Amino acid sequence: MSEQKVFTSRLFGPLSFLFEHRATRWSSIAALILLMAVAPIVFGQYATVILTNALLYVVLALGLNVVVGYAGLLDLGYAAFFAVGAYTVGILTQHFGINFWLTLPIAVCAAALAGVIIGGPTLRLRSDYLAIVTLGFGEIVRLSARNLQITGAASGLSGIEQPWLFGWHIARPIDFYYVFCVLAAIAVIVSIRLANSRLGRAWLYVRHDEDVAEAMGIDRVKVKLAAYIIGAIYGAMAGAFFAVNLGAISPESFSFTQSVLILMAVILGGMGKIPGVILGAFIVILGPELLRDLGSMRLLVFAVGLLLIMLFRPSGIWPGRNAQR
Amino acid sequence: MNDTLLDLTGVGLAFAGNRVLQDIDFNVPAGAVVSLIGPNGAGKTSLFNCITGFYKPQTGRITFGGHELLDLKPHLVTKAGIARTFQNLRLFREMTVLENVMSGMHCRTRSGAIAAVLRTPRQRKEEREIEAFSRDCLRFVGVDDDLDREATTLAYGHQRRIEIARALATRPKLLLLDEPAAGLNSGEKEDLIALIARIRDERGISVLLIEHDTGLVMKASERVSVLDHGVMIAEGTAREIQNDPKVIEAYLGQDDAEASLGF
Amino acid sequence: MGTFDIITHQLVNGLVLGSFYALVALGYTMIFGVIKLLNFAHGDLYMVGGFIGFLALSAISSVVGGAWPGIFVAMLFSMIAVGCLGVVIERVAYHPMLAAPRLSILITALAVSLVLQNTVLSLTQGQYTAFRSDLGFGGINLGSLFLTYNQMVLVAAAAVLMIALQVFVTRTQYGRAMRAVAIDKDMCELMGINVPAVIGVTFFVGSALAAAAGTMAGAYYGSIWYFMGFLIGLKAFTAAVIGGIGSIPGAMLGGLALGLLEAFGTQIPGIGSEWKDVFSFAVLILVLVFKPTGLLGQSEQERM
Repeated sequence: MSEQKVFTSRLFGPLSFLFEHRATRWSSIAALILLMAVAPIVFGQYATVILTNALLYVVLALGLNVVVGYAGLLDLGYAAFFAVGAYTVGILTQHFGINFWLTLPIAVCAAALAGVIIGGPTLRLRSDYLAIVTLGFGEIVRLSARNLQITGAASGLSGIEQPWLFGWHIARPIDFYYVFCVLAAIAVIVSIRLANSRLGRAWLYVRHDEDVAEAMGIDRVKVKLAAYIIGAIYGAMAGAFFAVNLGAISPESFSFTQSVLILMAVILGGMGKIPGVILGAFIVILGPELLRDLGSMRLLVFAVGLLLIMLFRPSGIWPGRNAQR
Repeated sequence: MNDTLLDLTGVGLAFAGNRVLQDIDFNVPAGAVVSLIGPNGAGKTSLFNCITGFYKPQTGRITFGGHELLDLKPHLVTKAGIARTFQNLRLFREMTVLENVMSGMHCRTRSGAIAAVLRTPRQRKEEREIEAFSRDCLRFVGVDDDLDREATTLAYGHQRRIEIARALATRPKLLLLDEPAAGLNSGEKEDLIALIARIRDERGISVLLIEHDTGLVMKASERVSVLDHGVMIAEGTAREIQNDPKVIEAYLGQDDAEASLGF
Repeated sequence: MGTFDIITHQLVNGLVLGSFYALVALGYTMIFGVIKLLNFAHGDLYMVGGFIGFLALSAISSVVGGAWPGIFVAMLFSMIAVGCLGVVIERVAYHPMLAAPRLSILITALAVSLVLQNTVLSLTQGQYTAFRSDLGFGGINLGSLFLTYNQMVLVAAAAVLMIALQVFVTRTQYGRAMRAVAIDKDMCELMGINVPAVIGVTFFVGSALAAAAGTMAGAYYGSIWYFMGFLIGLKAFTAAVIGGIGSIPGAMLGGLALGLLEAFGTQIPGIGSEWKDVFSFAVLILVLVFKPTGLLGQSEQERM
């Protein structure tokens, strides 16, 4: 099916050759799973924590990729959804003693609601305004978390309990590593399936020419809201597991800088292309580790990198545009 | 004889004091091909935009097969059964020919995010239907290969046809074509006339077209309406219109009056 | 304090705050007018202006003193330097992106902003820098209101700059060309107006105004910080939108309006200083949703 080929190339860029044939597809995936499974043992605890962080960012970046990469909505306040997930779980487990796994569906609903509240006002705005309004919302969420008592004010929430799953206490770094592996894998599969669907195409139509999309019968309000809601759910799920992983959360984890880092992960690797976004997430997390000596100049390096990419290769560091086969 | 499919009564449109359309009474019968002609700036595309819901006329009523169109958002107008092409060819960039046409099927299908993520049997069946019907529409307009090439890289004549296929994919009852012959050579124009006839005869879709090429208008349409400065000044068969003094006068205001009247 | 005293007190606060917002908002609105881009990095030019003003003052204060006259000399220097920086940014970062999809230029502007912020962050290790000057605390008493000389000078200086801008825009050739480009850039090109030069001048003037605000704010509040452009950028954007984006009188009006709104808003029971910014953002969102054209702006073009 040639249509399949086109989707694959759009999603995976130059790596698509790995996924086109049954044999290479399954062996690539098997190799990857093996690699991920033994990494903690091979690389030790410190590396495990870093990798877990990178996987967290994979989920976050894939979520933002739905909003920015697929639907073309420049959300500069994505950390708000991250915060909604984290605080919902934190508050419900700590103040109300609800089991972690039961809080997840509630976090999903909260995220969907946040997606509607934040996305709703932006629907008719042009992209410049949209960027700043979403930024404003991001700040409103952070400042509210900082000011309200129920969110622990400036010191945040601490002592969040680690969850149990069928007798397995998910508490050690290696436990969370495997949990985030699964989370990231789910995020990737969901992203692929969404891109390859009626909704995924609708996002592209609306993104490329909103008026014509509407003339073709596509309800752009529903389509845009769907992007926000789905992106929000990704963010909230990441936030939920982030909260129990760290055991403590504070408003500073949900600042504009955080939103920018997630956006960088999406762009540096190649907007819209899944391996690129994954690569970007790793760059954003591993980069500062490797550039540790540069101290406060680390973020500057990223900023300059982002600027250079935008000027010379706007589709990210992944080579080549949508190749026509 | 024929039922009226689209009916406009007393439609008036003004922008910032400019009267674009005045008291338009106009209809399209079912199963017919109607042309809308007039000098440049007469308001033809504006009339299209009123019908499709992009402009909101200040006065009048528009009914389509029983539905009131006036308060409908554009995507609902399409869902009700009206599809269009554009004067300056607006295919989706960076998307393939097939994907462009598949956009038309969005309003005729229902699978949402959850069905997509879970890949339910119904979703997969729908995806197959979307692709199959889109290919069918493309075959109908005569575009058979290069389906996964980027649509905007194809030859101009092909792109025009792809736009029509895209509109057909919405399963319309009425097709609005905005200057579909612009930029086509005479061979392509003949193909277009045949295509329009097939759209009406084989698919039972009524066609309303805006055109400047009077030869094409005469051969393709059963009825012609003439718009000038926002007012409907004449209506009848192509032959009747050609000899109508009001029409001749309206076109005499243009530089290429004789040419545009096709004498 | 009695109600009247509160009102006058906040009026003064609002005026001072509003002056800063207006000066920065003007740059936003002017740049938006000529290239239809919200220059995300504009707030950071305010910040850079503050730093350059500080450096300039430190260098020359032995000659011209550290009070207002010296500060104004430093400010002038800063305005020219940041004006040039603005032009360079436009040429290097924005000009090549004008034909690219909208998303690209927005992200580029974000990248420029981040580069500016992080450069200063690296240089200052993220610490606040004290903006030392010889500004006194003298003032005059109007009833129970104590109006400092600094406040008066500030508002006056801002007013002078705004009047100068108005003269530039209405009486000079470049100013008129700027307004023409804002209305129809393509037509201007056809009519032989040197559009790139006009855009360059617009960036120069807009950035210079932001730098002026930055220097004055640095001196007035006594400290500067790499992140100070972020918040003021958003507030100034809010002000520009309130007044109607693209309208120069609108930016002045909007700046004033926002300053007053914020000053009086903090008096509403429940909204302490910690909710002040949330209040401003809420205003921004409400304005954009319900009256996106602002007070004096033009309405959106028709579709299709």
